[in-house]
Amino acid sequence: MYRFENVRFRDIINIDKLTISEHLVTSIVGPSGSGKTTFIRLLNKLISPDEGEIIYMGKPLMEWDSVELRRRVVMLPQQPAIYSGTVKDNLLKGLLYSEREPVSDDVLLKVLESVKLNKDLEDNAELLSGGEKQRLALGRVLLMEPDVLLLDEPSSALDDKTELMIIEEVVEYTRRNNKTLVMVTHSNRIAEDFSDRIIKISPDEPVQVREVSR
Amino acid sequence: MSNDIMNLQLWQIGAAYVFIALLLVIVRKRGIGREREILIASIRMTLQLVLVGYVLVYIFESTNPLMTILAIAVMEAFAIDNIFKRTQEKLTGRLKKIIAFSMVTGTLTSIFYFLFVVIRIYPWFNPQYFIPIAGMIIGNSMTGISLGVKGIAEGMRNKRALVESSLMLGATPARASREIVNSAFDSAILPTINSMVGMGIVSLPGMMTGQILSGTSPLIATKYQIAIMLGIVGSVALSVILFVILGYRTFFNQEDQLIHLDE
Repeated sequence: MYRFENVRFRDIINIDKLTISEHLVTSIVGPSGSGKTTFIRLLNKLISPDEGEIIYMGKPLMEWDSVELRRRVVMLPQQPAIYSGTVKDNLLKGLLYSEREPVSDDVLLKVLESVKLNKDLEDNAELLSGGEKQRLALGRVLLMEPDVLLLDEPSSALDDKTELMIIEEVVEYTRRNNKTLVMVTHSNRIAEDFSDRIIKISPDEPVQVREVSR
Repeated sequence: MSNDIMNLQLWQIGAAYVFIALLLVIVRKRGIGREREILIASIRMTLQLVLVGYVLVYIFESTNPLMTILAIAVMEAFAIDNIFKRTQEKLTGRLKKIIAFSMVTGTLTSIFYFLFVVIRIYPWFNPQYFIPIAGMIIGNSMTGISLGVKGIAEGMRNKRALVESSLMLGATPARASREIVNSAFDSAILPTINSMVGMGIVSLPGMMTGQILSGTSPLIATKYQIAIMLGIVGSVALSVILFVILGYRTFFNQEDQLIHLDE
């Protein structure tokens, strides 16, 4: 699905060859500061490499319209933004921004249930706790039904339970709907438990790819 | 009562400098230490006004439209330079170009409309109307754009994470910056709107005061003041909206990515 060819970004990313396969869960691991977040930001073209080429679905990223690409490859950042307004406003934001039709309240309530957020659609989103905001943001991304989901490990400010819940939910969603997931994690344990393939990156060493037998 | 203005003799102006002397005495006695600035400011004010007086006499006597055009060009250039200097933000070359473009396009459109459609001056370059009215319109638009620059630059800096989050949800740069653009426009036009509210009650506007002092009937002065106020509102709105809808784009590159501040 993705192919990296001699990709350099500043002195952070240095990857000669790498592929990321469709319909799999891929974990990106590496020591802190090794460029994990930078790596996934390259995948939805929030940034572009200084050198080399990344190919998505057979077409170089430079030829993809960035906005169009980001509507298919959606990223859930470490600290997702919560917009002022209600829980419903926030859930619908992704559909609104990607210029798609809004969905009914029933669908919204189902999503809230699937991310285990026990809140009313009319509740003020800004008053939610950190963990609840993260789950709300996840719900917002799931509603967009992206082809590829990019997940930066939930902020360390969250408790382990929430973090694990988010990851479980995303992985389950990916497998159930035959989607592709690329997630960044600092935890080898999480990578082992959930992914099909683990990519270890570091600015100084070649990337290491390992298959996990499931 | 004569309708002619009373000319001031040199000694009368001299007598007015007593106010500066008074200020200097206060500052000196209290040890505030601003004597130098006060002296320089008074001298600059005097010299600049004398100079501009002679320049205006010269332009008013000339029948060459180029003189008016030149005067407007100089005013625009000073106003644009002033916006660059006033802003605390680091301005990119792209943003500077947009500031200059919005300033010139917004003000000239309003000036031409005001002079040719509303007032219908004759001849078309009549400097007696052209220069003071252009001055008011350019000056107010300059303040408006300065505020707009501040609003956009601060918004893009403080709400960077929010803008980027919106990009991640598939928003176009225009959609992702809409709130910042709207709030920058709002804060840029607010002072102009507020100035309409107090007009005539809190103070008499400068142009109206000037016309009344020079013997114009207050009713005529009022009509002019209303018209120019509307012209100013139009010009501020036009130049600021041009600036904000073009200016936000300079914070993104061609790949619809946020440009890093250190680049």
